[in-house]
Amino acid sequence: MSNKQQPSGAGAPILRTKGLTKRFGGLVAVGDVSLDLYVGEVHVVIGPNGAGKSTLTNLLSGDLPPTSGEVRFEGRDIAGCSSDHISRLGIGRSYQKTNIFLPFTVFENCRLAAQSRAPNALRMFHRAAGYAGINRQAEEAMAAAGLTPRAERIAATLSHGEQRQLEIAMCLATQPRVLLLDEPLAGMGPNESQRMVELIKGLTTDHAIMLIEHDMDAVFALAHRLTVMVNGEVLESGTPEAVRSSPAVQLAYLGGEELLHD
Amino acid sequence: MNTLPFLVAGLLALFPLVESTFYLQLLTKVLIMAIFAMSLDLLVGYTGLVSFGHAAYFGLAGYAIALMAPQYETVSLWWSLPAAMGVCAVFAFVIGTLVLRTRGIYFIMVTLAFSQMLFFIFHDTKIGGGSDGIYIYAKPSMNLGDVQLLNLEKLENFYWLVLVLTVAVYLLLHRVLGSTFGRALLGIKVNEHRMRALGFPVFRYQLASFTFSGALAGMAGYLAAAQYGFVNPEILSWHQSGAVLMMVILGGMGTLYGSVIGAFAFVLLQEVLSNQAWFGIAAKHWQLAMGIFIMLVALYLPQGLAGLLQRFGRKPVVEVADE
Repeated sequence: MSNKQQPSGAGAPILRTKGLTKRFGGLVAVGDVSLDLYVGEVHVVIGPNGAGKSTLTNLLSGDLPPTSGEVRFEGRDIAGCSSDHISRLGIGRSYQKTNIFLPFTVFENCRLAAQSRAPNALRMFHRAAGYAGINRQAEEAMAAAGLTPRAERIAATLSHGEQRQLEIAMCLATQPRVLLLDEPLAGMGPNESQRMVELIKGLTTDHAIMLIEHDMDAVFALAHRLTVMVNGEVLESGTPEAVRSSPAVQLAYLGGEELLHD
Repeated sequence: MNTLPFLVAGLLALFPLVESTFYLQLLTKVLIMAIFAMSLDLLVGYTGLVSFGHAAYFGLAGYAIALMAPQYETVSLWWSLPAAMGVCAVFAFVIGTLVLRTRGIYFIMVTLAFSQMLFFIFHDTKIGGGSDGIYIYAKPSMNLGDVQLLNLEKLENFYWLVLVLTVAVYLLLHRVLGSTFGRALLGIKVNEHRMRALGFPVFRYQLASFTFSGALAGMAGYLAAAQYGFVNPEILSWHQSGAVLMMVILGGMGTLYGSVIGAFAFVLLQEVLSNQAWFGIAAKHWQLAMGIFIMLVALYLPQGLAGLLQRFGRKPVVEVADE
């Protein structure tokens, strides 16, 4: 927890939301959320189930269109853009429920992800395996996620933890600058969790990361900024220390000192 | 790619030496249906789009050759085949932009609806001779300058042309499915949502596949119309769409060669089961026996007849595109 740097705060945020709101009929799933992501920082979003964290991710990734509010990526408003468009801009996401190509090999999962960046991917007659650049990008992503020894395994036969790693590897293979990670530690054992935390730490330097997580050890090991959501709204946002000591947070969400490892 | 397809094609090429009339025509029909089934397999087996209106393009190309051919004269294959396929590609592109907004059962229904529209346009208007259809009096010609390259009126020549085109379509699709485009289609079939999240413009890929598939179905329809010398609205009826879908399922979706096997099985079985000399009164109701057979295959061979072949030690089903 001690070896991470303080929020840089320097420069403009790469991704910024203002008054972001999503209503499903009468239900406000995400209400008036404003937050900033900076390259070099992990911005962790916590909150009880149903707080709107995944919906927030879906709004940023384009899986859902917002009802109102702005999402600015490098100054450009991208609210309401399609998810494939947002992905090509350089915002990658992983899913809370593992969302990979189960019948394909680990390598093919990553290769396909890397292929999405290739300018000539609509070519019909050039053998897919013959693109050196795509293959290299896929191999680098596999290596970063520690999956190289599993390259030829069918994804469906991987352990749960490895599938979570693959989820991240695919995201990396698209070479994003912003990473939206939706509970990457869900269902992982302690060893696997530790490896994943190290992996995310390593990605911090050249990515802006938004992390949704329930595992408090991981949260405080990684967070440069912490946002607490309750009922779709931001309850508190700031440095982990400030949020940790906020009485409102203690009362409404964390609910007791034993969770805070003081 | 192994040499088996070439071996099979080589053997089929020798067939006219053995038999030159009825069974040669039947085999020609089988190969035409194989092209049709492969075109549908591109959609169903490799893009994950179950179209129940594929006869639209098959029939449209049939009408295209009938309407393009001058009466009592031959029409040149060189321009009429590409033109017929082009008409189908345009229709598939336009229909595709509309139907690809739906998924699953709705996609099945909407593709069916469009093919039914075409059916009734040809059935209820005089464009194509109404429900009586039109005759195509002569087979297309294949001339180079003033020299006749191949006389397609001869059954064996027409058969060889169809065989060459079948092999060409197989090789073309094999090539396309191994390309980045083909891999993306397979990814869309397996997990469309994730493909979108990875940045693939899924709609564009699906539309390209739908258009390409429609054009290939058009090739089959052109050849079928040329073979019979006759088209009527039945050529684009939903029975036709159902039959080709059954061939793909029977053969094994997503295997290409399975579609060829499916076309063989379906057409030959239909021929056998409707043979009055063998089955008497039951021959009239051959669909009943066919239905039972298809149910048995669906129950015991979920990967179709191609899956059965693989049980005897051939390569696994999904890996066609993985080489």
